[in-house]
Amino acid sequence: MNAMEWFIAGLLALGVFFYVAGTVGLLRFPDTHSRLHALTKADNLGLGFIAIAAGLHWGDGWIAGKLALVWLLTLFAAGMAAQLVARAALKAEGGE
Amino acid sequence: MSLAFDLALCALILGAAGLAVAGRNLFGSVVFYIVYGVLIALAWVSLGAADVALAEAAIGAGVTGVLLIGAWQGMKDAGGLEAEITKSLPVRVLAGLGAAALGALIGFAVLSLPGHDGLTGPVAENQPALDLGNPVTAVLLSFRAYDTLLETLVLTAALAAVWSLTPARFWGGIPGPKHTTRPDGVMASFGRLLPPLGVLVAVYLVWAGADQPGGAFQAGTVLAAVWILIVLAGLRDEPRLSSLILRLIVIAGPLVFLGAGLAGALAGLALGYPEGHARTLILIIEYALTLSIAATLALLIAGPARRAP
Repeated sequence: MNAMEWFIAGLLALGVFFYVAGTVGLLRFPDTHSRLHALTKADNLGLGFIAIAAGLHWGDGWIAGKLALVWLLTLFAAGMAAQLVARAALKAEGGE
Repeated sequence: MSLAFDLALCALILGAAGLAVAGRNLFGSVVFYIVYGVLIALAWVSLGAADVALAEAAIGAGVTGVLLIGAWQGMKDAGGLEAEITKSLPVRVLAGLGAAALGALIGFAVLSLPGHDGLTGPVAENQPALDLGNPVTAVLLSFRAYDTLLETLVLTAALAAVWSLTPARFWGGIPGPKHTTRPDGVMASFGRLLPPLGVLVAVYLVWAGADQPGGAFQAGTVLAAVWILIVLAGLRDEPRLSSLILRLIVIAGPLVFLGAGLAGALAGLALGYPEGHARTLILIIEYALTLSIAATLALLIAGPARRAP
């Protein structure tokens, strides 16, 4: 493995770490809002690292661009879904 | 490495399928069914069948998932969920035996297919006559056009069945509840941000479908998703179901398809295309089908009319 491959492997490991952290948070955190926090923040950071690793692995500008777009759209969708779920949970708890 | 990935994927698919069937909780079963659809789409990607993967992700996991969640909500509202009675043992044994027999039949049918190349050869031989780059589109809209025509008619028939559930006083009215969101809220902003991108993706999918993975079903589902998002965001209400334009859009695809088939029949071969014009005709059918599939799927999810016109 050359330096680049080590770097890519490192990024992948970092991405997986954030996914695992997000999953642990989802399973262990006490309430909906904290679980959303774990799921939408840590996982999207993990996806970002894995997208960067995949982009470097293929070494193609087009593929890297598409991966960046995928990541951006996932961020938007996760952010919106988290807001909606949080609002629904607030209502169910009698808030708002 | 790839084998490890495939094996892990197979295990996940079997696990998701098992949890969807064996789950005690109906909502959990629906969720695992959706997960199963996403995993199956990944499996199709792994097999190199991008067309099927797109269709499975969009229709199998997406639209069907939304329909199932809608059905679950309807059952919950009607109080039908409380009676999650476990059926008696003989009923369960009979259901299990029926499912096992069906599974065995399908397995037998798959194993008795001649060769492992299937129809790849004959399709590749005849594809140049149609001037299409995508073999899947060639099969769907020419070699097996009959199947696709019936599929689109099934969708239309399903919509007619859903509409027939409308109470008499709401006939021709507006489906679904009126969605209101805060005008500067997250949902409304998302409903304004995503539709242009969704329309772009849909146009690309149907345009690329002639020569690359994509096509009417995939593009239609994306358009339907845009439609649903706009309604959910409260930016536009659902249309009146009595609207003539709406009904014309719903039947445009099957009508154009039937028209082409009939013209072919008069010229000698039903659903056959005149030489040299196959690509043009197929593209016209695909574009008309895209609009019809989008409208039909969105209206299936909207359900029967619930408000007076």
